[in-house]
Parts: sequence; structure tokens; C-alpha cells
Amino acid sequence: MKESISVKILRYQPQKDKKPHWQTYTLDVPGDSTILDILNEIHWYHDGTLAYRRSCRSAICGSCAMKVNGRNVLACETPMHQFRGNKLKIEPLPGFPIIKDLVVDMEGFFEKLRRVKPHMILKKPVPDKEFLQSPEEFSRIRESAYCILCGACTSSCPSLWANENYLGPAALLKAYRFIFDSRDDGTDERLDIINDRNGLWRCHTIFNCMEACPKHIKITDCISKLKTRVVDNSL
Amino acid sequence: MKKEESKYMHQIDAVVVGAGLAGLRAALELARKGIQVAVLTKVYPTRSHSGAAQGGIAASLANVADDSLELHMFDTVKGSDYLGDQDVIELFVQEARKTVYDFEHLGVPFSRTEDGRINQRPFGGHSSPRACFSADITGHVLLHTLYEQCVLHNVHFYNEFQVMSLLIEDNVSRGVVAWDIREGGLHVFHAKAVLLATGGYGRAFKITSNAHANTGDSLSLILEAGLPLEDMEFVQFHPTGLFRHGILLSEAARGEGGYLLNGKGERFMAAYAKEKMELAPRDLVSRAEQTEINEGRGVDGQDYVYLDLRHLGREKIMDRLPQVWELALNYLKVDAIEAPIPIQPTAHYSMGGIPANIKTEVIRNVAGDPVLGLYTAGEASCLSLHGANRLGTNSLQDAATFGRLAGEHMSAFIQRTDFAPLPSAPLDPPRERIDHLISGGDGNEKHARIRAELQENMTRYAGVFRDAEGLGRLKLIVRELQQRYQNVRIDDVDQPFNLDLMEALELGHLLNFSEVIVEAALVRTESRGAHFRTDYPKRDDENWLAHTLAWKTAAGLRLNHDKKVVIYMDRFPPQERKY
Repeated sequence: MKESISVKILRYQPQKDKKPHWQTYTLDVPGDSTILDILNEIHWYHDGTLAYRRSCRSAICGSCAMKVNGRNVLACETPMHQFRGNKLKIEPLPGFPIIKDLVVDMEGFFEKLRRVKPHMILKKPVPDKEFLQSPEEFSRIRESAYCILCGACTSSCPSLWANENYLGPAALLKAYRFIFDSRDDGTDERLDIINDRNGLWRCHTIFNCMEACPKHIKITDCISKLKTRVVDNSL
Repeated sequence: MKKEESKYMHQIDAVVVGAGLAGLRAALELARKGIQVAVLTKVYPTRSHSGAAQGGIAASLANVADDSLELHMFDTVKGSDYLGDQDVIELFVQEARKTVYDFEHLGVPFSRTEDGRINQRPFGGHSSPRACFSADITGHVLLHTLYEQCVLHNVHFYNEFQVMSLLIEDNVSRGVVAWDIREGGLHVFHAKAVLLATGGYGRAFKITSNAHANTGDSLSLILEAGLPLEDMEFVQFHPTGLFRHGILLSEAARGEGGYLLNGKGERFMAAYAKEKMELAPRDLVSRAEQTEINEGRGVDGQDYVYLDLRHLGREKIMDRLPQVWELALNYLKVDAIEAPIPIQPTAHYSMGGIPANIKTEVIRNVAGDPVLGLYTAGEASCLSLHGANRLGTNSLQDAATFGRLAGEHMSAFIQRTDFAPLPSAPLDPPRERIDHLISGGDGNEKHARIRAELQENMTRYAGVFRDAEGLGRLKLIVRELQQRYQNVRIDDVDQPFNLDLMEALELGHLLNFSEVIVEAALVRTESRGAHFRTDYPKRDDENWLAHTLAWKTAAGLRLNHDKKVVIYMDRFPPQERKY
């Protein structure tokens, strides 16, 4: 069954527009459409100039994070019926520079990840087979490994809006993922990096990141555990 | 679109096209050996579709049950329906353990056994629990770990670059031309060695588990360079695609004990694979599902059956299969703890691809002569490891192992080779192609409509079941769509992030190689692995124990079946495939 829907999209075409502006599309779509289905429908059959990122369609690649009716979501996994009245308002992820329409510049986001040394640091010899790690030790990092780097959390963080140099939740979560990995030997150097005026202590436990995370990672809890770890380490 | 060109010229030892598991593993190997390497990728590396692989990576570690190299090899040979080259399979199983341990040392978070070793689960067609896994995000954690390591080792990333042409002259690869999606503009990458690792070609089908990006670009460019593709008729249909969406529900769901039920509530696999039941190989299970559906035993007479996890219980579902649970909930509003999930076969994996020898060098003829400096690995390649049907969890292992080996071979080649000169005017053909799509002629075709027609018809006539009549019809349809493609005109004429242009270029690729899938499927008058002809339902080793090579020529496609399958007759002679 098709339903009529009104979609308001924040457009910005760098070669034409001085600043972003709203454009409204009215179209008929199947009632079980996702936000990505609707964007595809517009782009394929109504207005080929609309630009957005997408790839996997199954909430694992992290390409299609955007703001829909005030919430950061992954377009591909979000059914339009989550929003009432068949009225949608779609914007690029806040807090990132816009490249075109719903496509934002994520270089700064990835740069912040690089600052926390997002790779295993080993100072011991490597065994012939695997390092042993208990199921309990694995369970400590398991949830943080679900992060898809979509940027929904970082984009929703008021502390980051106030200070763009703040590492932000995604980078801190990445630090957590290694600091709490029983195999990793880089804890001290990573704690030094995040125990910085643009690091950990800029988090004021507002919980926006947790609400925005499409993988339901308890990011704020992880950041709190990092704070405890820093304090324990300095004692 | 002429611009000052120095900014657009790059000279670098190695270029890797594609940033999935194969591409990144190769790039890491090259970088570890001190080679300067550029990775060109249409999407950010962590967005690559390897990340969607859920269930595991195969290696005979024997961490939870007895296993051996011999057994892994036999399972893979049998799974391939004897079309896999056994020298390649032998090397693959030997290298698989090293690949997994190396991943573990790089930091991949694996699920663990009680004694702290990498945990392993059963998977279809494997006779021992061999799938090393991380919950149901195995591909995701492998991909992210490799990206982290590539950044650490100073791999040069050109994110959001779409490859436009391969620069090959006199059977020597000299680099590639690519379009900068983000800024607009063509770039020349002059390289000693190029790896093609662009993944699979499932986007030619309507119901598919593949990402939007999986449009087989490098396969199409290989055809345009006058080189052949191999075994393109072999497309794997995965049994558990989410109904109507095609999105993958991991085979881990059955590995962990999930049932398949028809509309009458029967575990119908008992009629098709009495011993292995739900854990028979994918080609067999998909055919069983489609047969149930075709014979009216789908649910409510519709085109789907059920994947039932309810008996596993909440705890196991949430611990081992949380992604499966969430996908069913978000897309179909089905809570898998309470209700069975509607599923149907979905185009999933491309066994065919760019022919390469065991050293991952791209070959150009039946004799196996290589194109110097050109390599391929992962799903884009056809070595042929998977033959007519791939076993689950062998694909991540394939991409990682042959990515690593490609990196080694490329490194050795680069160290003994100088840059071959670039061909003259390398930018002209891609520039003409782009100009034609933006402003060309008076065409008014929309790429989206042509793509939808292609995908619809590929799923209908070149899907789980095929016959001469349908394939013959499909052949004409594809040709007609190719004609119409000449009249495609895009809406967006701007340079930065032109999604319209990107998709129009990709459609050209889909049409290019789809013709090969159809023709190869039409000519192969037997049923083997994933290729099932209802008019030729038996495997025919006498006539068809051979690979297909296909070239595009001015006079149409040229097919050849003289490339023999490598078989160790004393160890794994072809036999009937039963499960």
C-alpha cells in the first residue's frame, strides 16, 4: 500500500548555493519504506541532484547517519513509521561541515580517532598461536567493538558543539576498546592522551551519545569507566 | 572539464583498488614491507561490504573439535562441486591458520572458548566447527582492525575515488585513472603494480544481500581492456535473505541451531539433505527453499519460508545472534525470540570474477599468461577457489589470505621492476564517458529505470533456477538495456559528490558483465553448484568439468571452455555430491 508523504530536506549544492536551504518533496511510497528507501526514490525518480551517502542497507557500514525529525539515525534501518504524520525533515549530521546536501566532511572525525592510537600496542612477544583471553575479558570489549564509526554519537554531543577540539564520544569509545583489551600494552600512553583538556573531562555525562548510537552501545558508561581508570592510575 | 593537471598526477609503487578485506590486507602487507601504497575506494574503508559478513572466518584450528587441513580441503572441494582448482584450495587451507593467528595478534576481538582460545562454530558444508567468530560481527571487526593497522603503517588512502579505467598496454599494467567523487576531477595513478579488489557483483540482481557499492566495477573494466572474465555464471544465492529486502541474516543463525520451516510448519530440509539438514551447503538449501515456494508450500502461498530461532531461547539469541535479531525487528517488525522470520534466497556471492593464477596475477588467456603488474584478490577474483559454490566463512578467509599473498607477490614484483611508461592521453576515454553522461546527445533515459529492469529480470531469469528459454529472453533484454544505456542522461551536472554520475557509471558496469553471466549460464548445459538448469538438472563431468572464460569483442562475446580444472585425481576425484 502506497502512502503520500512530505519530505523536507536541507539542500546545499556548493557550486550553486551560498547557504543551505530547505526543499520539500511530496511523493507516494510503500508504507514500510525506510528513510533510505525514500531518499533513493527521490534521487532515482524525482531529482537526481540529491546527494547522500549509503552503502550496505543493513546498519553495519555506517555511511548513512543523518538527522531525521530531530534525531540522529541510520537512514537504512529507520522505517518512516517511526515518525508521525508522514512528515519528514531530513538534515545532514549536525556539527560536521557540509560538502553537499546530506554529505558531510568526516575527515576531522577520523583524525580524532587517529589521536587515540586506535590500534593494538604490543610490548610482549607474539605467541605461535593466539593470545589467550577469557570469555569474561572478551565480554569487556565486545560491546565497544560494535562501533561502526557512523558519527551519530559525536554529532549529538553538546560538549563537542561547545568545543570542536574535544575528542568526542566515538574516539573515546575507541580508546576504551583498546585500554580494556587484556592483550593490549598501550594503556598508559592512551590514558595520557585522553586525560587532556580536550579529552575525557569534557564529557559531562549528558547521555546524548548513548541515545544517538544505532548500535545501542553504552558509550557514556564506557567514558565513565575510563575516568575511573585514569583516577585509579594516578593514585 | 580541463584543469591544471599536476595535482591530478600521482606516481606510487602500488595501487590497491578497493578497501575491503582483500584490498586492506594486501595494502598492509605491502606497507609492512616498506612499499608505498595507495588505496582507492568508492566508500570510506570501514564502509566496505566485508564488514557485513557476520558468521566467521574458516580455519582448521581444531579449538573445539577435531579438524585437519585435509578435511578443510575436502569440504571445500566438495562444496565447489569439483569446479574449484585443487592446488589453490590446498594453498588456501594451509595458509588459513596463519591468517587467523595474524589477525588475532593485530587485535581482532574474537569470541573465546572457556580456556581462552578463539571460539569456533559449525557452518554449512564444513564437517567440523571451523568458523572462528566474533559474535555475529566477524567481518566488521576484521575490517576495522585492518583499517587501524593500515593507518598505523601509513597507507595512503584516497577515499571516495571511483576507478574509471585500467591503463594496460602491451600486456603490462601501468596504473589506473580514477574520479574523485568528493571534489570532482580525474586523477591518474601511475603504478608499478595494481591490485583489483573491488568485491562482488550481486547488485545485478533485485533481491540481493549486496551493498549499493557492489557493482563489479573492475570486472567491467577488465572486459573493456580486452581481458577475460571467468566462471561468471556461478552466483551464490544465500538461503536466508530477509523477505523482500534481500538483506543477509547470517548463516550463523543455522550454525547455532536455527530451523527452516515451510508454510506447513515442517522442517523441509529433511527431504533434501537428510543428514546435514539446515547445515547443507547454500546452493542446496536455496534450491530447497525455492522448490518449497514454487510448489506452493511457502508461508500463506507467498514467496517466503521461515527461519525459526525461537527454540534457541532469548539468552543464546542475544549472545550469539544479536544482529540477526535486530535486523528482523527493524525491517520486518518480527521479534525472533517470539516469532519465526520470513526469508527467501538472495543473490549473495560471486564465485566468478577476474581470472588469476595461484600467485594472484591476472591472466589473459587459456594458457595462463599473466598481465604484468596486474593482480586481483577477494570476491572480484576467480582463482578458482570456490568453484561452483562457496562454503560459508571461506570468503573472509579467501579475501584475507589471498590479499596477504597478493601483497607479498606485488612487493617482490615491485622491487625488481621499474615504472612502465604511461599510455598517451590516458584521461581522454574517461573524460569522454563522463561528458557524454552529463551533456551527451539528446538522450533522456534515466539510469534508475534501466537498473531496475535489469535487476528484476536477472532475479527472474538468472536466479536459483534457470532454463534455456528464460536465459534466452534475458539475453535479449540485457542487449536492449545496453542500447538504452547509450541514451542515459543525468540530472546533476555539478562536480562535487555527484551521486547521479556515480550511479550512471556503475550501471554501465552492471550491464557490461551481466551479459557475460547470462551468456555463460545459457551455454553451460549442466547443473553444478549454484548454477542450476531445470532443463539440464544433472552435473555433466564429461563435457563441463571446465572453467568458462569470456571476452568481449567487437563481434560480441567470445566464450571458451578449454581452461581445465586442477584436480588431484589420487586424492579428491569427482564424486556425486550428497549431504
